[in-house]
Amino acid sequence: MKPALLTGKHYITGDVACAEGALAAGCRFFGGYPITPATEIAEHMAERLPGVGGLFIQMEDEIAAMASVLGASWAGKKSMTATSGPGFSLMMENIGLGVSTETPCVVVNVQRGGPSTGLPTQVAQGDMMQARWGSHGHYAIIALSPSSPQELFYQTIRAFNLSEKYRTPVLIMTDEVIGHMSERVEIPEAGKIEVFSRNKPRGRRDRFRLFSPVENGVAPMPAAGDGYRIHVTGLTHDERGYPDLTVDAQANMVGRIVGKIQNHLDDIIQTESYRMQDAEIVLISYGVSGRTALAAVDMARSQGIKAGLLRLLTVWPFPEAMIRSLAGRVKGFVTVEINLGQIHLEVERCAAGRTPAFLVGHAGGTLISPQRVVERIKEAF
Amino acid sequence: MADHLKKAGNKQVHPLDDMVRRDRMPHIWCPGCGIGTVFSACLTAIKSSGIDLDKVVMVSGIGCSGRAAGYTNLDSFHTTHGRAIPFATGVKLANPELKVIVFSGDGDLFAIGGNHFIHAARRNIDITVVCVNNLNYGMTGGQAAATTPEGSLTTTTPLGNPERPFNLPLLAYAAGAAYVARWTMLHIQDLTESIKEAMVKPGFAFIEALSPCPVNYGRRNKEKPLDTLTMYRDKTIIKNGASPLELDVDSRKSIILGKFVDIQKPTFFELYEKIYRPAE
Ligand SMILES: Cc1ncc(C[n+]2csc(CCOP(=O)(O)OP(=O)(O)O)c2C)c(N)n1
Ligand code: SF4
Ligand SMILES: [Mg+2]
Repeated sequence: MKPALLTGKHYITGDVACAEGALAAGCRFFGGYPITPATEIAEHMAERLPGVGGLFIQMEDEIAAMASVLGASWAGKKSMTATSGPGFSLMMENIGLGVSTETPCVVVNVQRGGPSTGLPTQVAQGDMMQARWGSHGHYAIIALSPSSPQELFYQTIRAFNLSEKYRTPVLIMTDEVIGHMSERVEIPEAGKIEVFSRNKPRGRRDRFRLFSPVENGVAPMPAAGDGYRIHVTGLTHDERGYPDLTVDAQANMVGRIVGKIQNHLDDIIQTESYRMQDAEIVLISYGVSGRTALAAVDMARSQGIKAGLLRLLTVWPFPEAMIRSLAGRVKGFVTVEINLGQIHLEVERCAAGRTPAFLVGHAGGTLISPQRVVERIKEAF
Repeated sequence: MADHLKKAGNKQVHPLDDMVRRDRMPHIWCPGCGIGTVFSACLTAIKSSGIDLDKVVMVSGIGCSGRAAGYTNLDSFHTTHGRAIPFATGVKLANPELKVIVFSGDGDLFAIGGNHFIHAARRNIDITVVCVNNLNYGMTGGQAAATTPEGSLTTTTPLGNPERPFNLPLLAYAAGAAYVARWTMLHIQDLTESIKEAMVKPGFAFIEALSPCPVNYGRRNKEKPLDTLTMYRDKTIIKNGASPLELDVDSRKSIILGKFVDIQKPTFFELYEKIYRPAE
């Protein structure tokens, strides 16, 4: 049997790198349902989990997959699922249950073209707003978007760490190209990987409150079977976890769920700046389009345009302060994404009319070419 | 005072006191509702099974019956509508040491959650599913369910139900359940014994508990609370081992109660271990 951590250099797809990242982070339960282009994550987990003391199950649909992941998390295992658009839609209600009950888990969306069955085998980034607001009600969520298999490996570990730390589902919004492309992925030694696991409660059981924040804006989390006799409900609840259907309890609960993320933006938000020092035109991108944007920056620079890139590794919470601080100081924002304007709307909002914001995007099916980005920059500025 | 109430000083102590969250009382169930009785039977079964209560988990979906999880003093989960079984599957497989009971309603388990039920039974996930079958959606005001008898009046079948209901034990049997029984909430002793037996037995167990919803179902179908109980007494026959084919609930004939399936077969987890971790 292979060890959980395959230290060494590999030439693997993003999907496989994602699965290996999950194992490195300590994931020991995967509940899934096959769907292109995410299937390989499930397949790899099916092969790898039994050998590291974990368990894989192919559920009857994505609703069940998501429910099983929440159940497994409450039984004490780091858990995940992976899907694409149609399955992501089916998972939404239980992602909301995970948010409300503050259940650590990781959901990977290897994005393909939508709506509906759309373009099953072709790339898109059209689920970014769904990631933010797809489950009903007002809440906050963490979503990460890596730009290479290597980054997908690391971001999967980070997704688990954040989910455990802030007791929340964390979404990995990757895409068909990153999922299916093969690249060199280096897996470091165990000592070089930071792994965070949920805090467990200590002290008197009768005094323990399941939703009373202690650290990082959240309460420690016992597992079912630890003797705490917890009650967990998707109804609006108080700090004991008991239903409390009042305006005050709603304000407290939703406020806390949003607050624990809003109050830790520095820890959660990760971006990468490229040639930004003197940039006048700021490209904003993520996922596979981050690669397009990177090439576009170099191309624009070679033509004398002072372009730079702000690549979002964390897409949600949105790095609002960063965009706001650039607004008014730079000549233009250009968001590069494979949809007809989703993160672009956020950029526009934060630019607040102080810097013009443009979109380079299309409805999905293929990558955006760097040439198109440069042309658009020339046209606009 | 009833026998089961003991006096301890001035305080009355119910034998199931330690099994419920007293600080969550009063419960939401209507007067005359049968859910509380099925719930008590379930708690009595759990308590008398001798299983370490710290290792027992109750999972419910959404509905009047689904509120049960919130009242038991066990690790308990009130999930989403229809999804108690896949949630429970995750709990059980992530920690097979736990005893997992799903307690929910007929609408929850067999309409919106029907797919999960048949697959958990097919896989022989080692959980016990107790279904409070009140023939309708109580919580949302008495709409038709997948168990509503043909012709019955509900708010969404105002002139009578044109659909035929599931025969739940037959469905469970066909899907592969290892244990299948049906009782009414009037048959407390049998019901309790069944739940207990199901809990200690490995494999997917299903227990249907017929239970009145006087407020929404009874009222519309000219059944007074007592009429339903009289029907449970007079129009049921106990026939252990009856063929699942003859178990349909039809007002024109008697309802058959009893234990219908009790077989031994490897659970999902046992097979997973055997195939994927043979050395251990
Ligand atoms: C996804 C979803 N759809 C609909 C509802 C509304 N709803 C709440 S309970 C319920 C029916 C419950 O019926 P049953 O499971 O038979 O429970 P009972 O109230 O009869 O005990 C419905 C439809 C919901 N909560 N979630
Ligand atoms: S509505 Fe019906 S099922 Fe719900 S609590 Fe009242 S009587 Fe019971
Ligand atoms: Mg019902």
